[in-house]
Amino acid sequence: MAVVSGPPPYRDATVIQPQPDEKVGFFTDSSICIGCKACEVACKEWNHVPVDGLNFLGSSYDNTGELGANSWRHVAFIEQNRPVAADGSGGMRWLMNSDVCKHCAHAACLEVCPTGALMRTEFGTVVVQPDVCNGCGYCVSACPFGVIERREGDGRAFKCTLCYDRLKGQMQPACAQACPTQSIQFGPIDDLRARARRRLADLEQQGVADARLYGVDETDNEVGGLHAFFLLLDKPEVYGLPAHPVTTTRDLRQMWRTAAAAAGMLALGVLAAFVKRR
Amino acid sequence: MSSYYGRSILKPPAWGPAIAVYFFTGGLAGMSGALSFLARARRNRSLASSALVTSAVGLAVSLPLLIIDLGRPERFLNMMRVVKPTSPMSIGTWILSGFSAATGTAVVAKVVGAVGPVPFVRPLGLVAQGLSAALGTGVATYTAVLVSDTAVPVWHEGRREMPFIFAGSASASAGGAAAILTPTADAGPARRLAVGGAIVEVVASELMKRRLGPLARPYAEGGVRVLDQLSTGLTVGGAAALAGFGRRRPAAMLGGALLLAGSLCKRFAIFRAGFESVRQTTGEAPEGPMPTSPSPGEPLRVQPVSSRSPGAKDAATKTEKVRQRATPESE
Repeated sequence: MAVVSGPPPYRDATVIQPQPDEKVGFFTDSSICIGCKACEVACKEWNHVPVDGLNFLGSSYDNTGELGANSWRHVAFIEQNRPVAADGSGGMRWLMNSDVCKHCAHAACLEVCPTGALMRTEFGTVVVQPDVCNGCGYCVSACPFGVIERREGDGRAFKCTLCYDRLKGQMQPACAQACPTQSIQFGPIDDLRARARRRLADLEQQGVADARLYGVDETDNEVGGLHAFFLLLDKPEVYGLPAHPVTTTRDLRQMWRTAAAAAGMLALGVLAAFVKRR
Repeated sequence: MSSYYGRSILKPPAWGPAIAVYFFTGGLAGMSGALSFLARARRNRSLASSALVTSAVGLAVSLPLLIIDLGRPERFLNMMRVVKPTSPMSIGTWILSGFSAATGTAVVAKVVGAVGPVPFVRPLGLVAQGLSAALGTGVATYTAVLVSDTAVPVWHEGRREMPFIFAGSASASAGGAAAILTPTADAGPARRLAVGGAIVEVVASELMKRRLGPLARPYAEGGVRVLDQLSTGLTVGGAAALAGFGRRRPAAMLGGALLLAGSLCKRFAIFRAGFESVRQTTGEAPEGPMPTSPSPGEPLRVQPVSSRSPGAKDAATKTEKVRQRATPESE
């Protein structure tokens, strides 16, 4: 189909060397993902991520299932029965997309972390410091994407580091390095955003009506922009991505105010309980 | 319909039942601290000491519960390397630490004061109890912010009422415990606190569920529904017993016990509702009539098959699951 035919769309893209104080991230173009899972493998190899079980999930070619403590890249496979040809005749299509931690600009996991184990790096990414994390599990419930998870048998929380160590060594992350189709692109996020918008315009011109960007605009969600964004060919939910992610700490002020009101009510309530009735 | 093989988008909370028990024991300890201080200020000695004992015991149970639930319990002191206003758990740790120090001091002062006349021990105890009372109201309410400040829909969207539910529940349990442990003549303030707390808890819960609308589904299904309704029944029953017959010892003890049980059930209902709520975040909007109490573990998105005969139920469910898994998308 049109999406994967034709010349490679990013021939002019060059590999950049990450510099400190430059915000970097991923742009994952699912329209040219071939589902090879090289990203999953490269990530496991480089980061020494333990095995996630040898499972047969029965969900197309996806036996990883979801992101978690032991899966920092996850290639989603979706099989759809739908007309794909121009004349509306039948067929089926495969959607593939390599999901990853979004490294949110307003990262709920980082904000709720009580130990300071989760931190923002000089590259604008969000990283767990494994020597600090005490496994309280708060980040797990705070993440609106269901990414971070406590590792069984270890007790600490783990997720994608955007290869912090490789960035330090001015190398690109392992998954982007391994991706054979340039579906996973690494670079300064402003460059990547422009590239994503260009690609969307190209696809729309080619008549790919369902294409859409996910997490590119800082205003299109409540997490203040993502450091890992996507070009998708269907609704985000189809790929297991939330349609309207919200950083829970957005409402924290209101929550503390309400709790203060409740605490005040308690103080008055106890006082009132001691008022002697004659 | 659109979801990724019916998987929930969010991860289930990493917290174990110890946390739900802590919500109960922490609330009990916090409000007992406040009750004890005011009783002491009003020279109600029996109520002051029984509530202080409850507070100390509740606290002694709470701290280990919090520590064992960590993935790395030996690192619990890492909580104290930062003070972080954006993290309710960090703020809560500091509130609880202050409360522990104050309550511990109050207990020690009480014991020392009972042994013999030591200078400054009485004023020290009073100041400690005052601090314990002030921080106790924080201990009883911050946990509501803790659960609300998550991505879990039923917790986050219930954020307006949650602190009042927790505050009411804490008051009901502290008043109930004091009603059990204190001679009825001295337990009047405890009974009033308990009844007031019970009313706030039940009303705030009801308001929350109404405002949540379809998101309140976890409270209407399965084990959570049982816990929630049980909690309401126990709390209303306990409050009625205390309000009506609280001056009689057996009724006071029964009412207090019912309130304690009701408070514990409420915490578990809210806690477990969060797990159910996460399970329902598949990306599909809840539509159509609510399925009637699906068994735990069964995917909630399975639509009832009308033609299915009772005998073939299991087989039908199985093929339904397989079919749904094979074609996740059929718009």
